Amino acid sequence: MPLLEVDGLRTYFRTPAGLAKAVDDVSLDVEEGEIRAIVGESGCGKSVLSLSILRLLPQPPAFHAGGEIRFGGRDLLKVSQSEIRHIRGNEISMIFQEPMSALNPVFTIGHQLTEVYRVHRGVDARSARRQAVEMLTLVGVPAPEARLREYPFQLSGGMRQRVMIAMALACRPKLLIADEPTTALDVTIQAQILDLMRDLRESLGTAIILITHDLGVVAEMADRVSVMYAGRVAESAEVEALFDRTLHPYTRGLMHAVPSMAGDRAQSRLTEIGGVVPNLTDLPEGCRFEPRCPLAVAYCRKKEPPLETYEGAHMAACWRAGDA
Amino acid sequence: MARFFLRRLRHTVFVLFAISLISFFFIHLSGDPVMLMLPADASAEQIEAMRERLGFDDPLHVQYLRFLGGVLTGDLGNSLYYHVPVMELVLDRLPASLELALAAMAVALLVAIPVGVLSAVKRGSLIDFGSMLGALFGLSMPHFWLGIMMMLLFSVTLGWLPTSGRGTLAHLVMPATALGVSLMAMFARLTRSVMLEVLSLDYVRTARAKGLSEALVIGQHAFKNALIPIVTVAGMEFGFLLGGTVVIETVFGWPGLGRLVVEAIFNRDYPLVQASVLVLAMIFVLVNLAVDLIYGCLDPQIRVFDEGEMK
Ligand SMILES: Nc1ncnc2c1ncn2[C@@H]1O[C@H](COP(=O)(O)OP(=O)(O)OP(=O)(O)O)[C@@H](O)[C@H]1O
Ligand SMILES: [Mg+2]
Repeated sequence: MPLLEVDGLRTYFRTPAGLAKAVDDVSLDVEEGEIRAIVGESGCGKSVLSLSILRLLPQPPAFHAGGEIRFGGRDLLKVSQSEIRHIRGNEISMIFQEPMSALNPVFTIGHQLTEVYRVHRGVDARSARRQAVEMLTLVGVPAPEARLREYPFQLSGGMRQRVMIAMALACRPKLLIADEPTTALDVTIQAQILDLMRDLRESLGTAIILITHDLGVVAEMADRVSVMYAGRVAESAEVEALFDRTLHPYTRGLMHAVPSMAGDRAQSRLTEIGGVVPNLTDLPEGCRFEPRCPLAVAYCRKKEPPLETYEGAHMAACWRAGDA
Repeated sequence: MARFFLRRLRHTVFVLFAISLISFFFIHLSGDPVMLMLPADASAEQIEAMRERLGFDDPLHVQYLRFLGGVLTGDLGNSLYYHVPVMELVLDRLPASLELALAAMAVALLVAIPVGVLSAVKRGSLIDFGSMLGALFGLSMPHFWLGIMMMLLFSVTLGWLPTSGRGTLAHLVMPATALGVSLMAMFARLTRSVMLEVLSLDYVRTARAKGLSEALVIGQHAFKNALIPIVTVAGMEFGFLLGGTVVIETVFGWPGLGRLVVEAIFNRDYPLVQASVLVLAMIFVLVNLAVDLIYGCLDPQIRVFDEGEMK
């Protein structure tokens, strides 16, 4: 049985412009100890999906319009407030893109880190402190004792993200959701943080949902990957299989958009896949990618393609899957 | 923290010096002070005698040094109207003013902060709507009118509270409430909007993602950040409360500084006006010092940067 199973999840937002279907019938599972990547352009619903798992979206405007999220025999969408609180930071943790704004500016690192032990383990302040120092050492923060007395603004971006990881892994959760954990960091620091996450997966056996829009990171880190487009899964496969042969024209577009060493990232992406993500409150009737798709035929406009299994565990939602 | 305090203190001394300069020149700004003090038909000899008696014939810097000496020894001359040392008059009224301002501020904050936090947390609910409507009433109600209405109800009709004077807690209730209501409304709205903003920030989401209870998320992680702007505004408002309570002091016969200053102005009692302005300004500066210190406790960035600069 997989560790986590997202099944037909729909997370919508009530907005003044209408219903925004940010996550619309998404299914994916995470095995114990695996790194599961989710890729896609900005606005395709990666963060909404990950926040839905821990029920961290503000409701309203967000609401669950369907689906289940099974974890340890429970549906996370149905458990009580106190149960989900017990799961957060304890069985499933989350780290975010911006490590500066994700840490509270007016509390010390020590306070924010020991808090996790005090809440979930009920330990006293001294023991929480000792464990916090251990954890900071584990994630490679130098002089951890001194760091505990410092405030977030006194640390560099990379150090802050290490602190976030320490906080997230404090209670040895089974699953870590990392929402673009390195996007805000320098390139060299990015590599260090990714290395750290991979090491911790090995040493602690934590499964990771790694959200990114960088296929290079996926190739290097992940076991399996789901490609999202406009609130749906476009393609899903083992990493080798995906890089071996892409089935969905959107994935192919993303791959060509992997920035060349000299190229400007945003620009190369724009030239590779023309057009923009459709408005989530006013989606086309047929395939969501059709307006931008180089392979689109008349039928694509009529009916939305379902996610179908091709060779092995390779899945794609495209009427012309595999056509070059 | 000690260094931060010393630095702020040094700053404060400098500002106090500047205030002494301003309040010294204040009396020279509107022309010849002696002409202002004497009736229009005073003879030249009378004017000259007065000028000599008050030392206005000395050079300006001598006058200032004398004034500064007076400030340091607490001797700012005699009131032209009451013929007693002005400092005595001012210090006699000061406790009443401080008491009223503190009480009004306490009434305002003790109600406004819980209401504002609750409104923010329950945004869009009936509680939120009700308290913000109440706040709108509080803001638009003139405080003298509220004072008179309270007096009619609690003193005249019910006979529960004394109409005027100072002394017991019962005397303080109505003026402090009348003065505090608009502040309360303002702080409730401020607290609500600051909390709404803070609650939408990333670190609040992190706090929730860690599995903290809503009480900790709101009461600790969000509220400590929200307090920073609230304390700043409270400090500024406190200054206004000290000097700007003439109307309420008049309605409730409260022996505060506000009335003393206004009477002194009408009486052209310039040494008294000067002393009052000086003392009010000093208190304003000291309150600001206190606010800075609280600020330093709340916002580590200010404190630590400040200490870094000292090294
Ligand atoms: N609070 C909200 N209210 C209304 N719509 C929202 C809200 N939060 C997200 N959305 C919508 O959901 C869609 C998906 O957003 P999401 O943040 O999941 O994108 P993402 O894939 O994480 O993008 P990025 O790579 O930029 O982080 C967006 O189009 C956004 O407009
Ligand atoms: Mg995102």
